[in-house]
Amino acid sequence: MRRFGAVPLSSLITSSLTATFGPAAWMSLFMVALFALNANAETIHEERSVYRNIFVTESDGRRCLLFDAERGQRNQTCINIRNEKEMLFHYTRMSMAGLLLNPNPKRILIAGLGGGTVPKALHELYPDAEIEVLEIDQAVVNVARDFFNFTESDNVKVEVVDARVYIKRAGILGKQYDFIMLDAFTGEYIPEHLLTQEFLQEVKAIMTPDAVLVANTFTTSNLYAHESETYKSVFGEFFNFKLTGTGNRVIIASLQPLPPATRLKRTADSLEESLKPYGIAIQQFPMSLTTRSDWDTSKRVLTDQFSPANLLN
Amino acid sequence: MTSKATLGSTLFSNVVIAAVFINGFAIMGIELLGGRVLSPYFGTSVYVWGSIITIFMLSLSLGYLWGGRLSSRKPSAKVFALFFVAAAILSLPIIFFADWTMTQVFMVVEDPRYGSLLSAILLYFLPICFMGMVSPYSIRLLVSSQEHSGRMAGLLYFISTLGSALGTLMTSFYLVLWFEINHIMWGIVIGMLACGALVLVAHAIAERRSQS
Repeated sequence: MRRFGAVPLSSLITSSLTATFGPAAWMSLFMVALFALNANAETIHEERSVYRNIFVTESDGRRCLLFDAERGQRNQTCINIRNEKEMLFHYTRMSMAGLLLNPNPKRILIAGLGGGTVPKALHELYPDAEIEVLEIDQAVVNVARDFFNFTESDNVKVEVVDARVYIKRAGILGKQYDFIMLDAFTGEYIPEHLLTQEFLQEVKAIMTPDAVLVANTFTTSNLYAHESETYKSVFGEFFNFKLTGTGNRVIIASLQPLPPATRLKRTADSLEESLKPYGIAIQQFPMSLTTRSDWDTSKRVLTDQFSPANLLN
Repeated sequence: MTSKATLGSTLFSNVVIAAVFINGFAIMGIELLGGRVLSPYFGTSVYVWGSIITIFMLSLSLGYLWGGRLSSRKPSAKVFALFFVAAAILSLPIIFFADWTMTQVFMVVEDPRYGSLLSAILLYFLPICFMGMVSPYSIRLLVSSQEHSGRMAGLLYFISTLGSALGTLMTSFYLVLWFEINHIMWGIVIGMLACGALVLVAHAIAERRSQS
């Protein structure tokens, strides 16, 4: 009888693990190594993680954090060693467009740390604002601290936690934020529970009336439409922000009616000087903020019951 | 005909084998859905899968043990069918009370590791335990002589694990794309109930044949 248990047991474990973590993890390690070689970059550090190992590479004056080799996003985040302020990626610069709707955030919540570029910039811009960063992987926090000069302080705190768990509890505790950024979607496995209507309702519950939500999201056609419909179902009309020549799309949602272009331009004028050192041409952003639906609006809303994001991608 | 020969009749054997297949399918289907059921409350961190897999292994191991023990005392098709009915009924709370249960756990247990572990116990221990009992009991029902017991056990391992493989593949590749989680759970509940009913019907037919 005992032996009967043994075979299904081992097969269950193997199939569970394969289904959960996938051979893709190994593939990505291999490909990351390959890219690192190709780019002639020197790997200066390798951090072991329960999720996926992290590499820090350096070349041409750039230091990069890597853990993804799919969809061409092999560099998770990079800094210019000589000018740490400069934001090197479109999506990082684009996510600062949220400031056009709330140019004076006081309580900031960021899901996804990466190299810490965004929280660092926001802390420099708004030293009095309280910033909380949610990061699921302790290894990312270690690397951001040791190689990307990210430091925690009284006003900048990092929680190693799943964003959904933290935000659900924040709602129960009555916490409120006026600037929320969702940037947890650049890994190779899409966290499906962070794309659902129920999750966005939980996010909505912790937004102050004047809060802005900025989400770095997907541009692959199928998921793009599903995700857009999901955001629409919770926030109604939102700004869809795309810049030509970049493959990025940033969703900017608010609980208030969206401000008219004239007001966005005025806010951009006032932010221009302070954002210049980061390489952000904020004045070019308002004209690209559109509320037009350029996706198939018949696509189904993603819910906790139906969220096959990894299969739709 | 002796009662052993009755139990070993071809129709009955085939129904038991099919039921063992569905049971294997259901176990892995429910396990894979478990990750999605728990993620809104506890996330998708490594330890959430750790909790689910641990509880499934534990439930199965105890199910194997108890199912094996039960089979040594007057094995009957009725008891076997009862495992399926019990597993189906005990799966219903996953459909109706999962949110309520996890909300209670979430409020009391702050650490998502123990929260997910406790939730997995509350939601999955009982149904998976009964599904584990199916395996050893099915061997006892179909083995008619000591010499071919290993061969029969091997066949049932094969069928059960094949069902698990297909349950894993179908759920992760297709079912979650086609249906909502609760719809898939209903499919599993109905499949398990159908297995129980078919086992009883096949047994009744075999009995009648042996009497006439």
